Amino acid sequence: MRQDTRIKPQTGKSQTVDPSPLADTTAGGILLRGVGHSYGELRTLDFLDLAVDAHGVVGLVGPSGCGKSTLLELICGLREQSSGTIEVGGHGAAAERLANCAFMPQRDLLLPWYSAIDNAALALRNQGMGRGPARAAAAELFDRFGLGGFETARPTELSGGMRQRVAFLRTLVAGKPVLALDEPFASLDAITRAEMQEWLAAALRTDPRTVVLVTHDVEEALYLCDRVAVLSARPARIVAELSVPGRRAEDRDEAVTDAGFVAAREEALHALREGSR
Amino acid sequence: MRRVLLPAALLAALIGLWQIAASTGAIADALNLEPYLVPSPTEIARSLWENRGLLAENAWVTLREMVFGILAAIVVGIGFAVAMHQWRAVRDASYPLIVASQTIPVLVIAPILTVWFGYGIAPKVVIIALVCFFPLTINALDGLRSVEPEAVKMMRSLNASRWQLLRRVEAPTALPHVFTGARIAVVIAPIGAVFAEWAGSSAGLGHLIQSDAANFEVARQFATVAVLSAIALGLMGLTALAERRVVRWR
Repeated sequence: MRQDTRIKPQTGKSQTVDPSPLADTTAGGILLRGVGHSYGELRTLDFLDLAVDAHGVVGLVGPSGCGKSTLLELICGLREQSSGTIEVGGHGAAAERLANCAFMPQRDLLLPWYSAIDNAALALRNQGMGRGPARAAAAELFDRFGLGGFETARPTELSGGMRQRVAFLRTLVAGKPVLALDEPFASLDAITRAEMQEWLAAALRTDPRTVVLVTHDVEEALYLCDRVAVLSARPARIVAELSVPGRRAEDRDEAVTDAGFVAAREEALHALREGSR
Repeated sequence: MRRVLLPAALLAALIGLWQIAASTGAIADALNLEPYLVPSPTEIARSLWENRGLLAENAWVTLREMVFGILAAIVVGIGFAVAMHQWRAVRDASYPLIVASQTIPVLVIAPILTVWFGYGIAPKVVIIALVCFFPLTINALDGLRSVEPEAVKMMRSLNASRWQLLRRVEAPTALPHVFTGARIAVVIAPIGAVFAEWAGSSAGLGHLIQSDAANFEVARQFATVAVLSAIALGLMGLTALAERRVVRWR
């Protein structure tokens, strides 16, 4: 368990030196201090502290409705916090956080009027790239991430797992330092989900990013993340932060049966139960 | 097939009944009328054939009014919907007025517009557009607002500007709703056309019905109504065809 209680020195407007000792926020790290959030009277988040290094992968697990997704949206700058500070890549303002984060929503939300490749290239088109170059750039990733041959497929023609892959590529293609994934595999069946977890782990090895992964699946979080923060029921606090000791096996079945993994999972589940009370 | 055959069979049965009731003079007797005032379907068909030139001429006038009126309503309706969607202040200011405008009967404003715009096509187009723009605006606005909040968040985090969001997500989402509005518009456009022509015109199917009513040309009135209805159905079919062509992802 680790609680971030150290205070980052105040940084002036022009002063970019002396970043946090906890997280390298200048290159896509994330730092949350005393972050609270309320919907009107309803308090959803309670003075959260969290630090994620650049290229770190952190998991947020917690009971349903505890505010995991809200926290993710706060980090992305899609919402404003009620109190505390959030920095992404050294930037505190919501608009700047948004510029540094790519958000992958719970359901794939592929646009049915675009082909798979055009869905994946969406961010590039938004950034002003022409259709041809945007497709070419996305096509390269299609080959690299096992989607070759599906470029012109309509989203309705793809399986659930394929749709999630395209949705993840769409997030990756945006070229942002931080990926915010909101329960990306929640809608998939167990076998496809396990496959997708291995696929995502491999994808992040080839193209490392800072990742915040919201999930209700402790095993998924421990397999994919360097560190897992367990949130309590509303108003959410971080009740435990844990990680799997040692290097994880790339093979998922091997990784999850490792003694250290099993112990971490039990610890996480225990924290989850305690925090749900 | 069933979806075509059943209504066709019902229509044939109804026409058959009407044929018997009219040709035996049963309806005329019951209503105490001269038989020529209650034409049978065959008499209407004969009138349709004998007056084909006249009907075609007037149908062309009314068809043009309807097409221009509907197109104007589509342009104005979508424009309004987009403005109301993009700017909250526009929506708050104009929504109640747009709803209130629908409480004014066409029958009442048609003569005023005729005074203003004369006997040509202009007042007809304006009146048809006025009748049609409401379902178009409301459906387009509903469509634009039916986009999932998650999709908006996704687009925002993928660098989309307000207009890119509109173009790439909101507009395609709204398209099927716009077509729903267009189908309603096509159905009510003939009502607007007829009222507009009644308020003052020198040609058109509405004009023809009006003058035939004065001369007790009942068979030709029915024939004219059939033509008007056929135009509306044709436009409906075109709308459905356009929808299938445009909204391919459904």
